[in-house]
Amino acid sequence: MPSLSRDDVAHLAMLARIELTDAELDRMLGELSVILDAVAVVQQAPTEGIEPMSHPLPLVNVTRPDEVRPGLTAAQALSGAPEADQQRFSVPRILTDD
Amino acid sequence: MTDLTAQQDVQAGDEVGSTIESAPQAVMSWQETVAAYDPVLGLEVHVELGTATKMFCGCPTAFGAEPNSQVCPVCLGLPGSLPVVNEIGVESAIRIGLALNCTIAPWCRFARKNYFYPDMPKNFQTSQYDEPIAFDGWLDVDLDDGTVYRVLIERAHMEEDTGKSLHVGGATGRIHGAEFSLVDYNRAGIPLIEIVTKPMTGAGERAPEIARAYVTAVRDLLRALGVSDVKMEQGSLRCDANVSLRQRTKKPEAQADVAFGTRTETKNVNSLRSVERAVRYEMTRHAAILAAGGSILQETRHWHEDTGVTTSGREKSDAEDYRYFPEPDLVPIAPTVQLVERLRTTLPEPPAARRRRLQATWGFSDLEMRDVLNAGAVELIEATVAAGGTPAGARKWWSGEIARRANVEGRELADMGVTPLDVAGLDGLVQEGRLNDSMARQVLDGVLAGEGDPRAVADARGLALVSDDGALAAAVDLVLAANPQLVDKIRAGKVQAAGALIGQVMKAMTGQADAAKVRALILDRVAQ
Amino acid sequence: MTHDLTRWSAARLADALGRREISAVEVTQAHLDRTAAVDGAVHSYLHVDTRGALEQAKAVDDARTSGAELHVMAGVPVAVKDVVATQGLPTTCGSRILAGWVPPYDATLVSKLRAAGMPILGKTNMDEFAMGSSTEHSAFGPSRNPWDLDRIPGGSGGGSSSVLASFQAPLAVGTDTGGSIRQPAAVTGTVGTKPTYGGVSRYGLVALASSLDQAGPCGRTVLDTAMLHAVIGGYDPRDSTSIHAPVPAVVRAAQSADVTGLRVGVVRQLTGEGYQPGVQARFDEAVALLVDAGAEVVEVDCPNFAYALAAYYLILPSEASSNLARFDAMRYGLRVLPEGIDDPSAEQVMAATREAGFGAEVKRRIILGTYALSSGYYDAYYGQAQKVRRLIADDFTRAFEAADVLVSPTAPTTAFRIGEKLDDPMAMYLNDVATIPANLAGIPGMSLPSGLADEDGLPTGFQILAPATHDDRLYAVGSALERQLVSRWGGRLLERIPELVPAGGSDDQHAGATMGMAR
Ligand SMILES: [Zn+2]
Repeated sequence: MPSLSRDDVAHLAMLARIELTDAELDRMLGELSVILDAVAVVQQAPTEGIEPMSHPLPLVNVTRPDEVRPGLTAAQALSGAPEADQQRFSVPRILTDD
Repeated sequence: MTDLTAQQDVQAGDEVGSTIESAPQAVMSWQETVAAYDPVLGLEVHVELGTATKMFCGCPTAFGAEPNSQVCPVCLGLPGSLPVVNEIGVESAIRIGLALNCTIAPWCRFARKNYFYPDMPKNFQTSQYDEPIAFDGWLDVDLDDGTVYRVLIERAHMEEDTGKSLHVGGATGRIHGAEFSLVDYNRAGIPLIEIVTKPMTGAGERAPEIARAYVTAVRDLLRALGVSDVKMEQGSLRCDANVSLRQRTKKPEAQADVAFGTRTETKNVNSLRSVERAVRYEMTRHAAILAAGGSILQETRHWHEDTGVTTSGREKSDAEDYRYFPEPDLVPIAPTVQLVERLRTTLPEPPAARRRRLQATWGFSDLEMRDVLNAGAVELIEATVAAGGTPAGARKWWSGEIARRANVEGRELADMGVTPLDVAGLDGLVQEGRLNDSMARQVLDGVLAGEGDPRAVADARGLALVSDDGALAAAVDLVLAANPQLVDKIRAGKVQAAGALIGQVMKAMTGQADAAKVRALILDRVAQ
Repeated sequence: MTHDLTRWSAARLADALGRREISAVEVTQAHLDRTAAVDGAVHSYLHVDTRGALEQAKAVDDARTSGAELHVMAGVPVAVKDVVATQGLPTTCGSRILAGWVPPYDATLVSKLRAAGMPILGKTNMDEFAMGSSTEHSAFGPSRNPWDLDRIPGGSGGGSSSVLASFQAPLAVGTDTGGSIRQPAAVTGTVGTKPTYGGVSRYGLVALASSLDQAGPCGRTVLDTAMLHAVIGGYDPRDSTSIHAPVPAVVRAAQSADVTGLRVGVVRQLTGEGYQPGVQARFDEAVALLVDAGAEVVEVDCPNFAYALAAYYLILPSEASSNLARFDAMRYGLRVLPEGIDDPSAEQVMAATREAGFGAEVKRRIILGTYALSSGYYDAYYGQAQKVRRLIADDFTRAFEAADVLVSPTAPTTAFRIGEKLDDPMAMYLNDVATIPANLAGIPGMSLPSGLADEDGLPTGFQILAPATHDDRLYAVGSALERQLVSRWGGRLLERIPELVPAGGSDDQHAGATMGMAR
């Protein structure tokens, strides 16, 4: 099993948008390593030729008709917003551009 | 962990790609570019479906509604909400796939594409990853010179649109420099179909033209399918252009063995003309960098319609890891053979075949047909003919006078306020000899001004050719009597002198005479 | 004690309400009073909706007076786990990041409770976003086990289990992703069912792991649990994974308690080693009692269960990392501005908010899931876990050829002490070893009390598993066993729980009650 580095954990935290403190990073590294060792046991399972199972039930083609249903009012939609302005959600400046 | 550590380490908050290039980029001349390099294109077209509701919830999709008035827990991504697939969204995707000559997957799934962005309510986009609903197709594209380029289609898949951000506080209203953003989620969750081409090679110097022709062909196809209003200016049809260059080989047959260069993806290409211009610009920009020994940065670029250049957007580093996995809140889509075959029967005639059929039926020359196509007037002419107009008359109006006015006003032909029925009526009045051209244009003015249908306008404005031969003959006689020198010239064989006399008669008749008839009358009297 | 309405079963309350012997307001008020007296010590609730519950109760009473046809459960109050969206009532999932969030919509199951006229007493405590086995991961402090206030009430649904064991509600709704209904039931001497995946709508359940989550009923008796199951179950077009079929006849099964000729399979991999002796002893006795009731016992093998815990702790964090991405400070919930940055970007605010708003366990699982899904590792972790999931489902399929239901102890141990496993995530995860396989396969499971362990006098749980959509079998077997046990004990197990004695007139809720007499 490859081991996890501190930089790896920092990278994962960036992907997950969590600004971990240095102390948390250290602690997380230790804990994740233990957990990863434990869960790596899945790689020993006899899974050759086995189809992955992503759904507990074998359902397909669940759709709804293309008919409008009542939704929320703008006031309801914005009711939990940390900040709103001009009937829109006000968010801090956005850096990237697409 | 080599994979992870090798990835570019971009910390949250680093201003990735936020620098804007202020100085214009160096570009190589077009001739030099195509002489030295061979372009490879890849086009991604996103089309917003014209379904009544969003892809995964029952919210309406109307354009231009009050902000955040077409939302629900699902498309707002509220905790606990769950998606349910729009049946018509799937059927539209299958019809698009069939029209693009694709294979329809017998079983496919939605997948989550995970990345954080404020206009994406769940911070993942429900899309399709390695199991698209349609794949391996092609589309034949007609070029201006009559040749056909076959574009191979990699896939067409279903996904959802994002919300829209309004950037406030910056000098330009663009993202850079904005102090905050205001987000409207009305667009979030509107069904999108993404159509991706295989790498398009062999286009050479015609790459920009082919790119434009392809997007035009896709637009026409989608319009014919009736799945979208395909309005590029409103964003219901969007194109991302991937461009890369590779060294041109001396022997053309060796070109295919040369590996592709690094590509850039240009976004915000919002008109057919921009597709052509953006591809052309990127080719010359790449060429300048490569010729100077530089290397192309794999990145997203932003097209600027006003200045005609692209600027660097987001760096497409490996740090972006979308962590796709099958969407566990949705079950697989497994279109039955019966469904696919039923949908196949609903496909319209392919646009290219239809164009050829209509051209033959209408008796247009290649040049006339191209004018009609460029004016986007095929459907309107078809409707006008159906309403009783002559093909030639319909063509004259739609790709002539009305197209000219639409162009001046920057509007779509169909939005001009004149219907095919009006044009058929106008044409009828000309055909029956009631109006001449200039009168007919006045009638069109009236129709456009909302004065009624052509016959009503002609009546109200008192526009009609004088059919009373006596009055006309009297006017001719008066003019002849007043211009004995001109009469002599005509008698001496200078028939063109009749022009001046015709003008005077027309003036005397305040334009309400048939010029051809006046001419015949004059020549007749002079000869007596 | 019969005059104390909080000690009545839901079935008895429903019956008396139907006969107009008691009023819904009376029943609801009795439970609210009980909460005022004891919840300072137990901390089952995150929010109590006194006004809303009494309004609903009064509406039921008025309707009954006017002669309206009412649902059999009308007026029977219920507590709802705080992971379920309730319009107008805070829904926090035990997380700081959602503190104060009031949903503008109801979960489907909440709509069903309201339609049935069941007053919602409040929202019960839980491990943050249902990640945990003890409620110690709640951002708002742990709930306590009414059998011993120094011990955990199980998790993540420890609020829903302790609310029943402390007689603050006759019924509660829980959710079970890897055992969060069954394990809390086991350690508090109560009953809880995880229905077949898709049996109860997930619409409005704040998702932990979408392919594993299932809401279900919690009660103090098997019949009560069945009655709540019948209310909240059924097809929902808003949930694409909902089963398009009527709710199995769970109430009838609970009433019949018929196990004659039923083949009960003991899962070899879920007994013996690793199970506390008292837990194992009560389990063995219970199996013997089922035989007395007419069942046959067989032993079945599920060899791939050895990989279940590992697969679960890959699938769950993966789905959770994606499900929890929406908590980003943009549209609802907490917004924290990073310190020392003048004009923070959206990304920086997201990262600072998620750092401040999520607890350690949530962060741990998000990072783990992010890793398991990341490019280059997907196949080895998430992909492999999905294959193991199939192996486990196949093990169940084979086992159900030999047996009609499968049984095991619900949890390996009785309730542990608060703080005991907090610093050892893997030890905490092992609590779910017997409950997890059912979630991976999507099959229904129930836990009911099997007695008290000799070594510590704490409740032990007996787990029953049935094939998908055969939830009724759980209730037939559970009811049969319950009858045998109650007659053997000479009363219900919860009658033996120590009294929670409200401290005289103290205003300090958290010191408001102490342990009363010993058993
Ligand atoms: Zn919606």
